[in-house]
Amino acid sequence: MKPEPWAAVVVGAGPAGLMAARTAAEGGLRVLLLDAQPTPGGQIWRGAAAGQQGAAGELLRDVASHSGITVLSGAEIIAAEAGGQAHTLTVTTAAGTTAAGLRQIQAERVILATGATERFLPFDGWTLPGVVGAGGLQAMSKSGLDVRGQRVVVAGSGPLLLAVAAGLRQKGARVLAVAEQAGWPGVAAFGMAAARLPGKSREALALAAGLLGVPYWADCAVVRASGADQLQSVTLRRGRRELTLDCDYLAVGFGLVPDTRVAALLGCPLDDVGAVRVNAWQATGVSGVYAAGEVCGIGGVDGALLEGFVAGCAASGQIERLHDAPRRAEIQRRFQITLERSFALRPALLPMPSPQTIVCRCEDVRHGDLRGFTDWTAAKLQTRCGMGACQGRVCGPACDTLYGWRFEGVRAPLVPLPLAQLLDEPTTLSPP
Amino acid sequence: MPELTLDGMRVTAPAGTTVLAALQNAGLSPLRRSLGGESRGALCGMGSCSECRAVVDGQTVRTCLTPVRDGQDVRRLLAVTREA
Ligand SMILES: Cc1cc2nc3c(=O)[nH]c(=O)nc-3n(C[C@H](O)[C@H](O)[C@H](O)COP(=O)(O)OP(=O)(O)OC[C@H]3O[C@@H](n4cnc5c(N)ncnc54)[C@H](O)[C@@H]3O)c2cc1C
Ligand code: FES
Repeated sequence: MKPEPWAAVVVGAGPAGLMAARTAAEGGLRVLLLDAQPTPGGQIWRGAAAGQQGAAGELLRDVASHSGITVLSGAEIIAAEAGGQAHTLTVTTAAGTTAAGLRQIQAERVILATGATERFLPFDGWTLPGVVGAGGLQAMSKSGLDVRGQRVVVAGSGPLLLAVAAGLRQKGARVLAVAEQAGWPGVAAFGMAAARLPGKSREALALAAGLLGVPYWADCAVVRASGADQLQSVTLRRGRRELTLDCDYLAVGFGLVPDTRVAALLGCPLDDVGAVRVNAWQATGVSGVYAAGEVCGIGGVDGALLEGFVAGCAASGQIERLHDAPRRAEIQRRFQITLERSFALRPALLPMPSPQTIVCRCEDVRHGDLRGFTDWTAAKLQTRCGMGACQGRVCGPACDTLYGWRFEGVRAPLVPLPLAQLLDEPTTLSPP
Repeated sequence: MPELTLDGMRVTAPAGTTVLAALQNAGLSPLRRSLGGESRGALCGMGSCSECRAVVDGQTVRTCLTPVRDGQDVRRLLAVTREA
């Protein structure tokens, strides 16, 4: 007998997924909300408590207390298959979080809210401990890393650098500088677009106050990180001058990349920039599968919340609640376009790998080893680039930027698993 | 506060923090070695790079996704250069 399906399964408990789950449950659906992280909140609200003030606290509280929503944290989708009546998701529940093992879930509707990952670009020294993602260091500090007194250089591109610098400083880090590859005109255009969004100018002022005294350098390139066994300094280029800063952390990221791996397994078509393609109701090209938030394009928390709401309404048939949505979506879309243009990556300002620079960290594949290949598949087969533990999640976007190779070939399982778990028959997780 | 063992050293870490944070707060930032033998540390902080792998209670896990628990035994992979 086929197990009973959930009316809706939401993958990802960031702003988009939380909003989609609450909205779908308000529409009467029985919802399973699952996320690989130990607690709900996604990248921006990670570690935020349901008791706190503001939108994050309210949404976390509502979701935790709603009788129609089952929350499963520490649960990662590793396989997904689209079906006619119901879609099948396979989940691994992490050791130490809930009962470890594989579970299989049937879902009539799936809402993908898997967010984004950071784009890392290789340069000499980027494999040293202490060189971390910008959002990565923010995530680590939100999950308990003590950054008090640590000297941090924040570098790369995008507004996330500012949020990270302010967040780390608030936690007691000494932020030595923020180095942005985009030029001043781009940064200014973004600032003006953000100020026009409702509620954003107050947020921008608070951010600026949190960064008083921290140098912000536009037109600035990362050259190399140095150290023996651990990061000791970073060299940046401003104009024709190179300068070296001694630091404990280099927090570096070149924007965000939609995390479309579960969408790819379900067969959802992507758009030209590699985000999940959706219509005005957040429906993907696969029947019964919706997507919301940064998996559909990078646009920040407000866009994610709006899309989560639309997806939740659409999945539960509450079309009457969507009267204002197209207008709000248009405002968000314009903001997203400005964001993309303002922080477009400029080849001359990106870190330059040398032949010795490692590109694939898992398999130690160097820039020099990858010369001569014209596509991802050939390089992968010959050099093992992208075949290690991260399955191309780090070097895939890097190769896309460096060589123009679109990362392909997403396969289940999405993360390496112990053989014993793979051999075990998965248990079924049915609605209560 | 949970008490755990990091490479044989007993430490306490506030509930709700990750094993990765506990390791780094204890000054244990290189977590594994590359195939060529160089030190590697955590990169993404969100479960996507797998650079933060360590052995927790006998299982290799991503420590940035693993909350601290009382009695956990955590071992870094520094001795291992060629992993399966
Ligand atoms: C590392 C990082 C840190 C960031 N920090 C900030 C910040 O401090 N401030 C800020 O303004 N913006 C930050 N951002 C930007 C942030 O992505 C957005 O503003 C916002 O959180 C997007 O919401 P979302 O719901 O679309 O996705 P997210 O918040 O990214 O949520 C997606 C969720 O999906 C889960 N997920 C993905 N794949 C799977 C799977 N296979 N199985 C189970 N769960 C899965 C993830 O664990 C994640 O919790 C950060 C981004 C990143 C990548
Ligand atoms: S730091 Fe990247 S997976 Fe944990």
